[in-house]
Amino acid sequence: MGAQLRVYRQKIRSAQTTKKITRAMELIAASRIQKALQRVQASAPYARAVTRAVSAVATYSNVQHVLTTEPERIERAAIVVFASDRGLAGAFNANVMREAEELSTLLREQGKDVVYYLVGRRAVGYFAFRKRASERAWVGDTDSPTFETAREIGDEVVAKFVQPTSEGGVDEIHIVYNRFVSMITQQPEVVRILPLEIVEGVEEPGEHVALPLYEFEPDADEVLDALLPVYIQSRIFNAMLQSAASKHAATQKAMKSASDNADTLIRDYTRLANNARQAEITQQISEIVGGADALSS
Amino acid sequence: MASLQVSVVAADREVWSGAAKQVVARTTVGEIGLLAGHEPVLGILASGQVRITTPEGEVVTANAEDGFLSLQNDVVTIVAGEAELV
Repeated sequence: MGAQLRVYRQKIRSAQTTKKITRAMELIAASRIQKALQRVQASAPYARAVTRAVSAVATYSNVQHVLTTEPERIERAAIVVFASDRGLAGAFNANVMREAEELSTLLREQGKDVVYYLVGRRAVGYFAFRKRASERAWVGDTDSPTFETAREIGDEVVAKFVQPTSEGGVDEIHIVYNRFVSMITQQPEVVRILPLEIVEGVEEPGEHVALPLYEFEPDADEVLDALLPVYIQSRIFNAMLQSAASKHAATQKAMKSASDNADTLIRDYTRLANNARQAEITQQISEIVGGADALSS
Repeated sequence: MASLQVSVVAADREVWSGAAKQVVARTTVGEIGLLAGHEPVLGILASGQVRITTPEGEVVTANAEDGFLSLQNDVVTIVAGEAELV
């Protein structure tokens, strides 16, 4: 067998094995999207209940809460970046990191310090590679996030927010994550979660039923005290779930195009290999014919 | 008799939902019992169990630590990060 032919056959085999792997990953991701979307939906009643409760307290009590008051001067801002633990998801992580970078540039232009909280091994790697510091990182829980992690992150950022700036606290908190729009679109989103802006009627614009006058147990202040951190946690949990669903969708898309590319490669190399084989046969025939001619003459 | 519509909601799923004639929960200032027609309440739950009595007289108990409870128009929502039936 000719050397050229052998090289082509090797390339075909290698593309075939890669294709098997990417095809398998595509199928796995496809099944996980469904699961991740179900989790997003399953968490909806909780988010709705928390949001309703918060707006009920906010509407019927004129309480000034530390989490809803805009600080006079914002000196330090925190960015919580929701990336994934694994790569092979196309531009998923790059998008969210780019969005975070843009936000930090903007904040720095406004004269604010920026500190980072990272979720997902990819974000940690990105920061480690650039030798940049982060305040705290959570890894290993991005594929199917648990509420436990969301609570941890929520408690941490709320604690930081309440701390005075001079002692290392932060004055505002942004989250950056990928929102699941559809199987093919994942939109990086930037949301400022703290200080909270109370905008009434944003959640359910179609519903104009006035909230009833609640009796608070023990009283409005304490209810708000307990509710707001829960609200932050639920927002963070939602961001994590959205991000997980987006990650699986991005992986599926990336792996599908990898499999398609492998198909193209296999086709092209098969053509080349056939060509090489035929050329070899032609050469052998002409050698034999030439030899026979030389002997008979 | 009018009944309450109760749902127990955890962060990642709805744990239980259905009709009830009475809900007893422990808030940070003491136990509260809710029947149909109660005025709207929003309360913080203390550690302890929530007891829901269904119209058939069965009692469903749920753990809903560090959560809260809201009632309006005979719809009760018991919300906790981690809620489970006992």
